[in-house]
Amino acid sequence: MDLRLQGIGHQYGSMEIMQDINLDIPAGKIVCIVGPSGCGKSTLLRIIGGLEKATSGRVIQIGEPPSESINPLTYIFQDFALLPWRTVEGNISLVLEDHGIRGSKANAIITDVLARTKLTDFRKAYPKQLSGGMKQRVAISRALAVKPAVMLMDEPLSALDSQTRELLMDDLINLWTREPFTAVYVTHNLNEAVRLGHSIVVLSRRPGKIREVVDIATPLADRKLGDVELERQQEHLWNLMREEAVEADKELIDV
Amino acid sequence: MSNSNHVTTEKTIDFRGGGFAPKSKKWLGFVVFFFILAFIEIGTRVGFISNLTLPRPSDVFTTFLELWESGLLWEHLIPSLTRLFVGASIGSSLGICVGILIGLFSLARGSLVPVIAAIFPIPKIALLPLFVIWFGIDETSKYALIAFGTFTPTVVATYGAVDNVDRSLIRMGQSFSLSWFSIVTKIVLPGAMPGILSGLRISLAIAIILLVAAEMLGAEYGIGAYILEAGSLYNLERLFTGVAILSILGVSVSATIGMVENRLLDWRT
Ligand SMILES: Nc1ncnc2c1ncn2[C@@H]1O[C@H](COP(=O)(O)OP(=O)(O)OP(=O)(O)O)[C@@H](O)[C@H]1O
Ligand SMILES: [Mg+2]
Repeated sequence: MDLRLQGIGHQYGSMEIMQDINLDIPAGKIVCIVGPSGCGKSTLLRIIGGLEKATSGRVIQIGEPPSESINPLTYIFQDFALLPWRTVEGNISLVLEDHGIRGSKANAIITDVLARTKLTDFRKAYPKQLSGGMKQRVAISRALAVKPAVMLMDEPLSALDSQTRELLMDDLINLWTREPFTAVYVTHNLNEAVRLGHSIVVLSRRPGKIREVVDIATPLADRKLGDVELERQQEHLWNLMREEAVEADKELIDV
Repeated sequence: MSNSNHVTTEKTIDFRGGGFAPKSKKWLGFVVFFFILAFIEIGTRVGFISNLTLPRPSDVFTTFLELWESGLLWEHLIPSLTRLFVGASIGSSLGICVGILIGLFSLARGSLVPVIAAIFPIPKIALLPLFVIWFGIDETSKYALIAFGTFTPTVVATYGAVDNVDRSLIRMGQSFSLSWFSIVTKIVLPGAMPGILSGLRISLAIAIILLVAAEMLGAEYGIGAYILEAGSLYNLERLFTGVAILSILGVSVSATIGMVENRLLDWRT
């Protein structure tokens, strides 16, 4: 299942947030979205997943999601969004219950996703007993449990320290290598973008437009720390971002 | 920083991170009660508190024992407890329902919030004569008064609690395509539960006040009637016996809610 964004524009009141976004999200690829703060990345992600209505344009689904997919468009939130009154297990079963999956079937899924995110020992723990990185892994395993066709991730690693972030990035790359998933990955962190993205969409300052799309051909599994090609791409992205930030500052001075 | 020309002083950094985490020390409450009672007892015996100001705690206790032995205690207590239970259950369960409706639906919010704001400040006791006309002089009017009195604070506490439920959790529920009903029962209600329970504490205290008021205005039996009778005879021992029973009632209600909180909200601490 592919997604296509067609002429997406959005306004809050009279404030124009983004304009004319056209983008293809092919199945099995990770598309990263970077851009200056406030350019509408989170808003765009909410529009893609149907949590917000765009003022203009539409999001088109091309092809059917795989039949085993329980919740085709699934988010991973920056703030984890775990229910504090449910255990790890309860948080995962929450999203299965409503789709009629209970009992031993749910149990099997929970065991599987917890094993994949290395959380098996924390099945009965409450979120407050977990560290930030573990909470995000719970959120990732909850997303995996519903077998999404597309994962929509809004700065999933921003709340974490850099070591945990490295580890979780490796986890994501491993998950993807074993079983490629489709994802839209919003981030501030250009290093995350070049490590995880098959293509990187740079948005301009508000009103957000697509400034450039950078494709990176190196397979995810081969992207090592200190890779020259990646460093070059990252620098290129950084220059783009810096121009935007400088322009945004100038606009502030003009006002 | 350290310079060899200067004498460097050493000093442990003071701890300044304490406080702001009150723990309930149960025995402390008993100690305070004990000292207050002992003080009054000694005062009345020694004489620096006159017998007209306060009765002796020991006399109050004897009066209480007499009340117990004569069986009159239950004759007063059972009707009072029934009124409290029936009235408060009706009032708070309706209040929670209406509060949730206000918290969830624009239509309910727009139409009911002004009504609630208008009836909240009315002293409900002032309406007792009206309730007597509507429901008769017997139990129903008392149930109605207590129910009405607990209803409004429960509504306000409940919709406030629903408003305060973390929106990002609700959005999470929607993003996993949970049904509306599931979002309400599995996310909104548990999230609002702390606020609802602390609202219930206030509502039930109000219920006890209204119970006494209703019983003072027209009841043969009940703690309120007992206190009124004692008051009109200036029998301070009995008056204070009644008051003490009310305090105990209040403490028990609060302890019950505390237990419910511990059960339902153990995820918080
Ligand atoms: N619910 C809302 N109502 C009004 N304005 C909003 C709303 N949500 C976002 N905005 C505005 O839309 C713009 C884009 O917000 P958005 O959260 O999408 O930015 P972002 O690119 O994700 O920023 P960041 O990188 O800081 O997360 C911001 O200027 C913000 O002020
Ligand atoms: Mg954002």
